[in-house]
Amino acid sequence: MRILGAKAIVEALKKEKVEVIFGIPGGATIPFYDALYDSDIRHILARHEQCAAHMADGYARVKGVPGVCTATSGPGATNLVTGIAVAYMDSSPVIAITGQVPRSMIGKDAFQEADIVGIVTPITKYAFQVTSASQISDAIRTAFIIANTNRKGPVLIDIPKDVQLEEVDLDYSERIIIKGYVVRSGEPHPYSIKRALGLIMNAERPLIIAGGGVIASNASEELIKFSELILAPVVTTLMGKGAIPEDHPLCLGMIGMHGRVEANKAVEEADVIIAIGTRFGDRTTGKLEEFAKNAKIIHIDIDPAEIGKNVKVDIPIVADAKKALSVLYSKLIEVGFSKKESEWIKRIKYLKEYYAPNYEEKGEGLKPSKLMKILRSIIPGKSIITTGVGQNQMWTALHFKILEPRTFITSGGLGAMGFGLPAAIGAKIAAPDRPVFNIDGDGSFLMTEQDLATAVSEGLPIVTIILRNRSLGMVRQWQCLFCNKRYAYTDLGNIPDFVKLAEAYGAEGIRVESYEEFENVIRRSLNAEMPLVVDVPISPDEKVLPMIPPGGSYKEVIWYG
Amino acid sequence: MVDEFHIISALVEDRPGVLFRVTSLIRRRNFNINTITVGATEKEGISRITLTMRGDEKTVEQLVKQLSKIPDVIKISELKPEESVYREMAIIKVSAEDSIKRSDIINYVNVFRGKIIDVSKDSLTIEIVGRPGKINAFIEIMKGFGIIEMAKTGIVALSRKIKTE
Repeated sequence: MRILGAKAIVEALKKEKVEVIFGIPGGATIPFYDALYDSDIRHILARHEQCAAHMADGYARVKGVPGVCTATSGPGATNLVTGIAVAYMDSSPVIAITGQVPRSMIGKDAFQEADIVGIVTPITKYAFQVTSASQISDAIRTAFIIANTNRKGPVLIDIPKDVQLEEVDLDYSERIIIKGYVVRSGEPHPYSIKRALGLIMNAERPLIIAGGGVIASNASEELIKFSELILAPVVTTLMGKGAIPEDHPLCLGMIGMHGRVEANKAVEEADVIIAIGTRFGDRTTGKLEEFAKNAKIIHIDIDPAEIGKNVKVDIPIVADAKKALSVLYSKLIEVGFSKKESEWIKRIKYLKEYYAPNYEEKGEGLKPSKLMKILRSIIPGKSIITTGVGQNQMWTALHFKILEPRTFITSGGLGAMGFGLPAAIGAKIAAPDRPVFNIDGDGSFLMTEQDLATAVSEGLPIVTIILRNRSLGMVRQWQCLFCNKRYAYTDLGNIPDFVKLAEAYGAEGIRVESYEEFENVIRRSLNAEMPLVVDVPISPDEKVLPMIPPGGSYKEVIWYG
Repeated sequence: MVDEFHIISALVEDRPGVLFRVTSLIRRRNFNINTITVGATEKEGISRITLTMRGDEKTVEQLVKQLSKIPDVIKISELKPEESVYREMAIIKVSAEDSIKRSDIINYVNVFRGKIIDVSKDSLTIEIVGRPGKINAFIEIMKGFGIIEMAKTGIVALSRKIKTE
């Protein structure tokens, strides 16, 4: 059967079991949209392409399948860039389909022409242009394989308009060969497992660092079993939040620049560290020479390029986290390894109790940490939390206990402000029966606020909590601590009335002035049918503490601002 | 850390954009490529990119790992200079107005096993093939006569080992 290239795209997406596409149509994607109109793939109309990409990302992270976004050529495509970069840094499988000017116009500075493949090559796993309709089905298969295997990541397919209009035979091959791309089995090498077991069994103070890779490989269950067996406390990176329930007795919470002090201290004291699915980012390690300097490090990662990239590793295990953990676990069971109690666990318990009072709220006004605790006490464990970037994100990371994997969605690596709301939309589409909360700041929220219109149009009851401090708070905090309180241009000045703003979009807006009001609104929000914006005024002097100064080690931690 | 000379050899798909992907990644890591060559291999549809650069062991190793992740890169490895054969070619136009100068140049060309590939009334054009060290030595000598123009290919290299796969 002969079909149009545009229809071939839709057919290929259906074969990949795509249920929803986030995007905005434009001149170079009119044929594609025409074909999409007849299909049962749901389309979510974003109000800015950056948001379409974040939505696809949020969807992918919650559902564990690739998220698809689309934009037209030129400005549509360039607007996707931030969203694609976020997905790349956080290894999220996002597929971006862009329209391109017709083949005969390419390279002639045609209207709405941009070399999007050239632009996104450094921030994608792969980006390529389809130059004839006969390539479409293989191109889409290729994109899904590359995006969703090994270390995941975004792929962009650029399809010129005339290719969408070219006729082609309907055919779809399941099996294709990508010569330079090997889909790894993810099985760990027996030799490295053997070496790792030697270290683990003799460790006095073992510690696990769980990164985003644990969540990406759905290895939470294996992680918990393994940590309980070897009695190793678990600390996480920002991306690893949720890999283990944060109320688990072995969990110490997040490490790093804004990590919990007891967690950073445990890294310092450990003698064997098992790091899983983490790239040892600079916000996680701080000063590299001081990081985990008393420990031998076992590094489990699916990406061989991560081994030894930032931190010197004693035993590398190139493997899928889930597979490596279950092999380690079953080998330990085989030899009858067990641990009931250890000095180390007592020490960990002591550290937790010792530092606990430091996290308590002092002073006037609504405290972000307390708000987080109230929120946690009300909403179900399966609720999904997204965040903006900056103080709001770090307060959430520090004080909000995540209880299930894939329920904490944040822009970790890139740190892109404006991520929270669109990611929440994607999350809600992925999991319509679960409450979704976007914990945001006023600066961050204002960057993508227009997509409230999308949430209202789609009838998505997402709750956005704006911790409003009328400033670009994280930069302000650095200015306070490191620039003699010279607050250069971090005061947001005339910010909109968020209650009225929400109402203008057709959403509900509520301002809360006390913990009781906050509690009531959150309780009520669980039955909401429309998007809700909760405006929470806080002081611009609130800081995210503890904090390790950039480039410093945990010993230089700042407790009070 | 000492910056060593490194030869990296990659088999890549012969299609548009591949060289861009490779060089874009190298640029991102802030490497300065000394030479880069791209050409056919014994297999249709597969090209070989040979690039040379200076850098410390660890950084080059990391670069090779990153490059190997590009889906167009089929195989990539670092060739140890002592375990590989590598050659570069240069074409050098040297000024040679009088016959004494001319015969001097021709003598040097013979010693270096180069070739005169073009002659005009006041210049000689020389082709020379060899390891970079030899070519650089020859260029140094020719500077004394006056180099008018010069073009170099960059290095092509193969491992001495017998292919195992």
